Amino acid sequence: MKTTYTRVEQIVGNVIAVRATNVAYRELAEVSSAQGRSLAQVIRLESGRAFLQVFAGTRGIGTDAEVRFLGHPMRVHFSEALLGRAFDGSARPRDKGPELEHSWVSVAGPSVNPAERVIPRRMVRTGIPMIDVFNTLVESQKLPIFSVAGEPYNPLLARIALQAEVDVIVLGGMGLKYDDYLYFRDTLEAEGALGRTVIFAHTASDPVVECLMVPDLALAVAEQFAVGGKRVLVLLSDMTNFADALKEIAITMEQIPSNRGYPGDLYSQLAARYEKAVDFEHAGSITILAVTTMPGDDVTHPVPDNTGYITEGQFYLRGGRIEPFGSLSRLKQFVNGRTREDHRTLMNVMIQLYAACKESREKLAMGFQMSSWDQKLLSFGQRFEREMMDLDVNIPLEQALDLGWRILGECFEPAETGIASKMIEKFWPRPQAQPSAATARREVGSAR
Amino acid sequence: MTQSTGKVKAVNGNLVVAEFDRDVRQNEVTYVHAEGLRLKSELIRVRGRYAEMQVFEDTTGLREGDAVEFSGELLSAELGPGLLGQVYDGLQNPLPELARAQGAFLQRGNYLAPLSSERQWSFTPSASVGATLAAGATLGSVPEGIFDHRILVPLAWEGTWKLTWLAPAGEYTIQDPIAKLVDAQGRERVAKLSQRWPVKLPIRAYAERLRPSEPLTTQVRIIDTFFPVARGGTYCIPGPFGAGKTVLQQITSRNADVDVVIVAACGERAGEVVETLREFPELTDPRTGRSLMERTLIICNTSSMPVAAREASVYLGITIAEYYRQMGLHVLLLADSTSRWAQALREVSGRLEEIPGEEAFPAYLESVIAGFYERGGMVRLNDGRMGSVTIGGTVSPAGGNFEEPVTQATLKVVGAFHGLSRERSDARRYPAIHPLESWSKYETIVARELVALGRRTLRRGNEVHQMMKVVGEEGTSIDDFVTYLKAEYLDASYLQQDAYHEVDAATPRERQVEVYGWIGNLLGQALRFASKDEARSFFQRLTQATNDWNRTPRGSSEYEEARAKLDGMVAEHAVGNEGRSQR
Ligand SMILES: Nc1ncnc2c1ncn2[C@@H]1O[C@H](COP(=O)(O)OP(=O)(O)O)[C@@H](O)[C@H]1O
Ligand SMILES: [Mg+2]
Repeated sequence: MKTTYTRVEQIVGNVIAVRATNVAYRELAEVSSAQGRSLAQVIRLESGRAFLQVFAGTRGIGTDAEVRFLGHPMRVHFSEALLGRAFDGSARPRDKGPELEHSWVSVAGPSVNPAERVIPRRMVRTGIPMIDVFNTLVESQKLPIFSVAGEPYNPLLARIALQAEVDVIVLGGMGLKYDDYLYFRDTLEAEGALGRTVIFAHTASDPVVECLMVPDLALAVAEQFAVGGKRVLVLLSDMTNFADALKEIAITMEQIPSNRGYPGDLYSQLAARYEKAVDFEHAGSITILAVTTMPGDDVTHPVPDNTGYITEGQFYLRGGRIEPFGSLSRLKQFVNGRTREDHRTLMNVMIQLYAACKESREKLAMGFQMSSWDQKLLSFGQRFEREMMDLDVNIPLEQALDLGWRILGECFEPAETGIASKMIEKFWPRPQAQPSAATARREVGSAR
Repeated sequence: MTQSTGKVKAVNGNLVVAEFDRDVRQNEVTYVHAEGLRLKSELIRVRGRYAEMQVFEDTTGLREGDAVEFSGELLSAELGPGLLGQVYDGLQNPLPELARAQGAFLQRGNYLAPLSSERQWSFTPSASVGATLAAGATLGSVPEGIFDHRILVPLAWEGTWKLTWLAPAGEYTIQDPIAKLVDAQGRERVAKLSQRWPVKLPIRAYAERLRPSEPLTTQVRIIDTFFPVARGGTYCIPGPFGAGKTVLQQITSRNADVDVVIVAACGERAGEVVETLREFPELTDPRTGRSLMERTLIICNTSSMPVAAREASVYLGITIAEYYRQMGLHVLLLADSTSRWAQALREVSGRLEEIPGEEAFPAYLESVIAGFYERGGMVRLNDGRMGSVTIGGTVSPAGGNFEEPVTQATLKVVGAFHGLSRERSDARRYPAIHPLESWSKYETIVARELVALGRRTLRRGNEVHQMMKVVGEEGTSIDDFVTYLKAEYLDASYLQQDAYHEVDAATPRERQVEVYGWIGNLLGQALRFASKDEARSFFQRLTQATNDWNRTPRGSSEYEEARAKLDGMVAEHAVGNEGRSQR
């Protein structure tokens, strides 16, 4: 039953109210006015009135606009025909391809029963030592890149997507600069990956309500691929824009903000999306890699803060490098015990030494004397940053581990690293020199 | 009484308003009928003929005019044998059975019985027919895994009852009558193996509440020694994300010295519960030699599950905890995270358009939190046995800043505060409980004077450390420097503990007494060093050696050797021991 109503009683922000009966909560409608047509979604029902969020915004909408209810909530086409295509936040084609009808799946569907989840087991290889060695990415992980605007987070996303051995890539762009949209599309195309990619992109100039739909569209499609046995990587850039769209709508709806204008359900809203990441025991998986730009580089800002409580770690991208401190993969221990036996040792020791190097740098900056131990740490730090942290480095895990040993071997005596002798015997790169009494002490401080 | 019926008038998120026709009851369970489904809800406010309800499910598809059914019953837990080992959602639906019934996704509107109605339990009667009994009195018992599960006179029955019939020993399901009792007016009621209790009300069938004085050993050294938890006590773990709240609760759920552990995963990651879910059945509980799952119950309302059911999930947890306490058992409830529940309250309060308090939390937040923690306690039951409920809740403060309403409201009512610090977790000093900011009102398991000495050392060491940042090592006296090293040593070899090491992960009580006894002595021992470098090197070696000691099983020969090695190391520098020095 598709009824058309033409009595718009209220227009506030992007929300209109119409007098209408038998409307379902979250039902979609098409709003037609002199401005053209737009989808809209019911966000509240009250005493014979339906409140609708208009995807294209309400600018120019008249009180005589036609509202036609469609009889279903937000949905998206699903089939293999999606691959290679690009859509906007209303799921209309962005490219020159045809509209895809039928085979609908609903978006924002139910969540996975926790009892059906499994402990993740497979590493996602990225070729980036700061990830593979120090904070291994795991299939089915949900992980954001925390960074400030201007950092190369989109190239980083694209690079991981291309390097990871996944079957399908779903890109959800929110508030994406048009150039960045083209960058993603062209890069994926140039590398021959567009054919296994679906893009849902809301660009900075598109209506804000469409921004809200993007994660749900991307994740609904990802979920279908995963249920069908595919290993899917979902890229979401930038979730801060999504949160800001939530804020804008909440304020229009006169909701009481909880923290810096963001609505009280920001955590639940973000979690509903991120928790779509999953590894199905007898089917595929969804891994989510997102970007969260931090306004003012402030990690306590509500968006990165709520995100950090939801995701399974985070990568800090700062100065074009993934910072070892603060970056965390909460799932790494599920996989890094089974890569190579020296993986965990090397990971811990190099980070401890790099932390010690930072202390030495502070002492240096304060004008304190540098001991010979400080000198060693300083040169280690320099090599670590240049040879492992630099994002241009692109080598497989095993090679990165070998490189780690080489750097240690050239900077320290074995005993100074505090590495167990069994590991030293097996992996230390050159014949063991007789350590001098002065340097044999373990001086890594209290780090264990 | 004929129950009311109603019709939906308004829908705003999970808040639904319905017009009703007869009488209704605050907090009763209602069902909204939509798209052929019955969606469970709770009545939370009445205004005139309008009932405002929070729906525990996604409300997509609801329409004005949809039918509403009022049950007249408050949201209740089903209590009986077979609870242990279960994995429930916040409304007590068994999740593994739900998965079997409907596949990988949680479809709304499906509710399954919490306890099997087919399973047979072998009942042994113990009460005598003719006896006068009150709620909570024991009628008999059935074996449930590691315990004798006592079958109690239903806790909701008020007054005294005369037992007129008790089932003979035999096999019964939870549906079968097990006893008949009559009250003073001669009304007869039938008791079964299971009973129901409204989750938001505390169970009070006990003689008296006692001060929590018995320690509850968690086997986390910094907790048991410095910031102890008592049986029947309450504690909270606030901390920024990634500081180690969940890991701390996970290891506590494994190692805590209690009979039953209830894990309430409230509004956080599903993946974390999966670890418990998949690993516990494989792990052996050293206290019983049986699978850990047999003493554990998991309530799982993770972040993408219905927000309104978060509140229900913590109340369900505490109700089941109280029920086992009534059997004379010691129960630990771990809730991760209470902030998510507070946020759920905030969401509902916002939709109800209540006047908001700080950070938009409702004004009654404090009393709700206080009421929850007040349900913990050590009690003497009517038959003289003791039982306890201990509550440990994590708090996830916005921005990691403890000056926020949930942390502050919690700190007012708990007996111990384990504050996790970003600084410590960044430095990988786990568990990241801040030793200078945390506190506990309960008794330590080691010598009190030595704990005081440890605290002084930590405080003084921190002062020296701060000073050293300004004047450098060069400008610090050797005595101060040694104090600083002692504090660092205490931190590195006792406060820090490797959650993933087989032996180090759990330090039993006697072992803590021994190890801390040794360390405490060292802290009080005057030491002599020729130079700061010598001192530093000594403490580095001492740390390494103590960590080796911590990683050897107690009772092994390596354990004794490690201790002897430490004694030898200290003797070389102890003042007053020069004669015995080996140099
Ligand atoms: N006691 C510990 N020992 C070793 N690692 C720990 C410990 N506690 C936390 N961690 C590390 O910190 C990460 C985050 O801990 P978690 O408990 O999930 O934090 P939170 O619940 O506070 O967000 C873990 O994945 C683990 O890598
Ligand atoms: Mg946690």
